[in-house]
Amino acid sequence: MSLFNDPRWGEALSHLPDYLGNHVRVSLAALALGLVVSLPLAILTRNRPAPRAILLALASIVQTVPGLALLALFYPLLLLAASLALKWFGVSFSAFGFLPAMLALALYSMLPVLRNGITGLNGIDPALIEAAKGVGMTPRQSLVMVELPLALPVMMAGIRTASVWVIGTATLSTPIGQTSLGNYIFAGLQTQNWVFVLFGCVASALLALAVDQLLGLIEGGLRQRGRLRTALGAAGIAALVAATLVPTMGRSSSGYVVGAKTFAEQYVLSALLRDRLQAAGLSATARSGLGSSVVFGALKAGDIDLYVDYSGTLWANQLHRTDIKPRAELVAELKTALAKDNITLLGELGFENAYALVMPKKRADALGVHTIADLAAHTSTMSIAGDYEFFSRPEWAALQKAYGLQFGAQRQMQPDFMYAAVASGEVDVIAGYTSDGLIAKYDLVALDDPKQAIPPYDAILLLAPKRAGDERLKAALSPLLGKIDISTMREANLRASGNDANSSPDAVAKWLWEKIGRP
Amino acid sequence: MPSKPAISYRNVSKSFGALRAVDDVSLDIAEGELLAVVGRSGSGKTTLLRLVNRLIEPDGGTITVEGRNVQDIDPVALRRRIGYVFQSGGLFPHLSVADNIGITPKLLGAPAAEIVARVDELIELMQLDRASHRDRLPEALSGGERQRVGVARALAAKPRIMLMDEPFGALAPLTRDALGEDFRELHRKLGLTTVMITHDMTEAILLADRIAVMRGGRLLAQGTPAELSASSDAYVLELLRTPRRQVERLNALLRQGGAA
Repeated sequence: MSLFNDPRWGEALSHLPDYLGNHVRVSLAALALGLVVSLPLAILTRNRPAPRAILLALASIVQTVPGLALLALFYPLLLLAASLALKWFGVSFSAFGFLPAMLALALYSMLPVLRNGITGLNGIDPALIEAAKGVGMTPRQSLVMVELPLALPVMMAGIRTASVWVIGTATLSTPIGQTSLGNYIFAGLQTQNWVFVLFGCVASALLALAVDQLLGLIEGGLRQRGRLRTALGAAGIAALVAATLVPTMGRSSSGYVVGAKTFAEQYVLSALLRDRLQAAGLSATARSGLGSSVVFGALKAGDIDLYVDYSGTLWANQLHRTDIKPRAELVAELKTALAKDNITLLGELGFENAYALVMPKKRADALGVHTIADLAAHTSTMSIAGDYEFFSRPEWAALQKAYGLQFGAQRQMQPDFMYAAVASGEVDVIAGYTSDGLIAKYDLVALDDPKQAIPPYDAILLLAPKRAGDERLKAALSPLLGKIDISTMREANLRASGNDANSSPDAVAKWLWEKIGRP
Repeated sequence: MPSKPAISYRNVSKSFGALRAVDDVSLDIAEGELLAVVGRSGSGKTTLLRLVNRLIEPDGGTITVEGRNVQDIDPVALRRRIGYVFQSGGLFPHLSVADNIGITPKLLGAPAAEIVARVDELIELMQLDRASHRDRLPEALSGGERQRVGVARALAAKPRIMLMDEPFGALAPLTRDALGEDFRELHRKLGLTTVMITHDMTEAILLADRIAVMRGGRLLAQGTPAELSASSDAYVLELLRTPRRQVERLNALLRQGGAA
C-alpha cells in the first residue's frame, strides 16, 4: 500500500476540525492573556531599569523550563488552587485541560512580548517624546498617540515570535488533557502510527507558518505605514480564527469521557470502552494521551468519567504502599481504599500488565536463566533499559533488594523502542510489560519472579465519583469484566504496534470486541 | 517699544549636576518683540527657552508669562497656549502633515471641522501646497517643508507667544533665508512675541528686534544690534566680527561685479 492512499490519512483528517479548533482556541486564549499581562508590564517598566531587569530575568527563566515540564507543573498547581477555592469560597473549577494549558502557554509567551515591548518603547527618539510634551500632550496622551504607535512594529515582531512559540508548544498540552494537534503526535508515537505523527507535525507547522506570515504582513504594514497590508493581515488572521473555531463551536462536550494514558494498550482500551458505551446508546468520547500522573486526578475531579488503570500502580502511587499482596487481596483492599474517595473500582478486565524483566529467549536459554534469581549472577556485566518512570518506582528498589541485582548500566527509553533494543542486543535486559505483544514478536522471554518482588498489576476499570450510582454505565461495561485474558491483550497490543491501517486503536478495539464479545 | 513684558525672567538658575546651564539670568521680552538668543552650543540657550513652557523646571528665580508666574499654571495648559518649534522639526513620523499641524487644537478638543479649516489656513499661510502636502507623511517632505510644517504646528492653536529652538539651523542657506523672512513677516502680521534661538549672529541681526548673548549659562549682553555693536565686551565683539566680515566681503565682491 502506498503512503498516499493509506486510509489513516482519512482518519487523521476526520479529527482535524476538533484538534485544530482546540489548538487554535487554547493558543489564542494564551496569547491574549500573555499580551494583556505583558504589554502593561512593558509600559510600566519602560523607564524603570531595576524592575525591568527583574521582569526580563524572570521571563527568561520561565523560557528555560522545558515546555512539557511547564505544562505538567501547572496541573498540580491548579489542582491545589481548585481545592483551596472550593474550601474557601465554595467555587469549583476544573484544573484539567484548557486552564492549565492556557496559563502555562501564556507564561511562555511573555518573554518575546515583554522584551520587544520594552525595546520598542525605549527605542523611540527622545526628541519626539519631548515634542509630544511640547505640543501639550499629557503623559498618557504621549503614550497613546506617539510612543505606542511608534513602538508598534517592534512590538508586533515580538507578538509574532510569541505566537509561533505558543502554537508549537501547544502540541505538548495533550498530556494535561487539552485536546490539540499534539493528540496526533502523542497517539502516533505510542501506537507507531507514523501517518498520525507526520500529520500532526505538518498541521502544527502549517498553522504556525500561516499565523507567522499573516502577522508578518501586519508588521510590515505597520512598519511602512501601509494601511492595506495591515488590513489584509488582520483580515487573514480573523478568517483563520473563524475557519478553525466555527466548526467546533456549537459542539457540546456532554456525555461520558473515557480517559487513557499515553501508551498503545490504553488507546485501544479507551476506544473499546467508548464503543461499548456508544453501543449501549450513551454518548461517549475518548480523551487519550493523558499523563499518568494527570489521569487519576482528572477522574477524581470528574473531568473524565472512566478509565483503565493497573492495581499495582495505584497501590504504590495513590496508597503509597510498599508491601506486596496477592492479586485478589490487593484489588479488594484497593477497592475499599478508593471507595473512600467515592471512586468505584468496577472490576478487573482479566489480564495483568505488570513490569517484568525481559530478555531474548535464546540468550536466556544459553545462560540457563529462567528466573530473576538466575539472572542475578550475570547482572554486573549487563545493561538494563526501562521506561521513564521504572527506575524511580518502589518495585525496582524491591527487585534489586530481593535478588541482589547490580546492573553494570541502566538506561531510560521510550517504551516502544525497548523491545527492539533488547532483541538487537543494544541492551541485555529490559523492564518490559507482561501484556506487550512485542514479547512474542521478537521471541523474548519474561523471567519469573519467584520471590514475588513485583506487585500485581491487574487492569481495573475505574469510575469517577459522579458516576458512582450510574447503573446504565455499569451495565454497559460489565460484559468486559474478566473477559480479556493476557494472551488476547498481547495479541491486541501486537496488532496496535503494527504500522498499517489495521493497527489504529479504533480498528484494534473492534477486533478485540469481536474476539471477546462472542462467547 | 511696548511697556508690558510678555515673558520675564528674574534671577533664574538651573543646574544639571555640576553644570550650571542657566546662571542667575534676568531678562524681559516685551509684547510683540522678536528676541534672538545667541551663543555657542552648551551656553544654556535651549535650557533658557524650555524654562518658559516648563519643559524644564528652574532651581531658583521666577519666570512669568503674560504677568503670571509659570509655577501657578498647569504645565500642560501652558504648553498648549505657547507655540514651540523644535530644532529638527520634531514632527511625528506616523502622522500626516495635516494631523501634525492639527495636533494641539485636537488636544484642546476643537471640533473636527474647525481643525480642518485651521490646518488648511496654516498650509496656505506657510506657503505649502494643500493638494500635494496635506496627506503626506513627514518623511516625504524636504527639510524646508518640514520646518514650515513645524512652524504651522506651533501656530495652530493661535498662541500669542512662540518659542523657536534653532528653527532654521539645519537648512540650506537659500531656504533658510526665505523661511526667516517669511517668519519675520508672520510675526509682525500675527502680533506674536517670539524668542528664537540661533547660533548664527547674521541671522539674529537680520531677523530680531533685540539680541540676547549667552555664555556659560550667563546672560552676557542684551540689546538691539546697534546697541550690541557699541558693546565693549570682547566676546560680543567677537560674535559681531563674523557678520561684519561677511558684509565687507560681500560689498567688495558685489562692487567688483558691478564694475565689470
